[in-house]
Amino acid sequence: MADVRETSDATFTTEVVNGDLPALVDFWAPWCGPCRMVAPIVGELSEEYAGKINFFKLNTDENANVPSKYGIRSIPSLLLFKPGDDKPVATIVGFRPKGDLKKRIDEALA
Amino acid sequence: MKQYDIAIIGGGGAGLTAALYAARARRSTIVFEGKVTGGQIATTDLVENFPGFPEGVNGFDLAMAMLQQAERFGTEMAYEPVQSLERLPGGSFRITTDGGAYEARAVIYTAGADYNRLGIPGETELTGKGVSWCATCDAAFFAGQEVAVVGGGDAALDEGLFVTRYASKVHVIHRRDTLRASQILQERSFANPRMSFTWDTVVERINGTDQVTSLDLRNVKTGETTNLPVGAIFIFIGQTPNSHLLKGLAELDAGGHALVDLEMRTSLPGLFAAGDIRTKAARQLIAAAGDGATAAISAEHYLNALDRAAEHEGTLATAR
Repeated sequence: MADVRETSDATFTTEVVNGDLPALVDFWAPWCGPCRMVAPIVGELSEEYAGKINFFKLNTDENANVPSKYGIRSIPSLLLFKPGDDKPVATIVGFRPKGDLKKRIDEALA
Repeated sequence: MKQYDIAIIGGGGAGLTAALYAARARRSTIVFEGKVTGGQIATTDLVENFPGFPEGVNGFDLAMAMLQQAERFGTEMAYEPVQSLERLPGGSFRITTDGGAYEARAVIYTAGADYNRLGIPGETELTGKGVSWCATCDAAFFAGQEVAVVGGGDAALDEGLFVTRYASKVHVIHRRDTLRASQILQERSFANPRMSFTWDTVVERINGTDQVTSLDLRNVKTGETTNLPVGAIFIFIGQTPNSHLLKGLAELDAGGHALVDLEMRTSLPGLFAAGDIRTKAARQLIAAAGDGATAAISAEHYLNALDRAAEHEGTLATAR
């Protein structure tokens, strides 16, 4: 089962930065076509990396602070964090095939 | 290796229409798409020139509807970038992706074209930080700011007009003093108080560290250089066909488009090309869809001829 939780400006630090596992955050908005293509892939990744990475999505229409902090100017953007560190270890901008995403994630967490 | 009658490389308007026709002909059909399904239409806010939608239709919604329609008749989708296309000794084709290898008796190549890059300093470094090829994805991040659109064709004006919903001003920077875009888009652009035109001008450098802050411009007639403060630059300066997989297999024109006849046959039997990838394409969704249908019908004729030849061989073998 895909497990991608909704995060927000209010819960980002607790859930994402200070989580028990590395966290991947999908920055998206409902009006963005490529974001709607990325979402099911992120869902599949959440199954393949279950127990290794926590998966989140953040709606950039409803949350301004976190996107602004990370200078998000293009969506979809996927940011990967290690526990306790608020600087992302990987930033992936734009739609990428699943194979590419896995490679970037594995490299960043190796 | 998984076997199919017809493999379609590219899931845009041409590929999804070809898939619809191929699947309805009851041929086993697979579509390979390594990027965004729908291709260029998937990032188009409003498609106003596809017949049947008097009020226009959102490009992504239309792409998803085309996908559903193709899948309803049995099309399989493989969301894998194709790495190589080879012709096998028996005349069928092997398609290798980052997910595996597939074999098909006929191939319809509909890989389309990608937007060109300017090739100037700052472009790669600031991609995703204000440099964009997708206005519908990114325009909302520049609300109240001044932005630039580079180009003079339909895509530049269409996307520029979309960006005016958010930006306080859209500077259209064009290297000539006339536009290539369709008249209706020109009329709308000239009438829009937020659209401003900078003629005979090229962008030489994109400045900024964490995000785009300004552009260095040069007037190609006077040589004058200026600096334009903007928060973003959207680039629509034409396209390059994704034909690298065809090299060595089929004949291409000087621009890298596949040469085809009126039945979308390339120079190699069993290999068809449709949409923006083919020579002299109209580069319109409706034309791509039409090409896709033609290519699928031609592929069906090709497979029928192969089937008849095989049956004939079988009859001869039995008689002997």
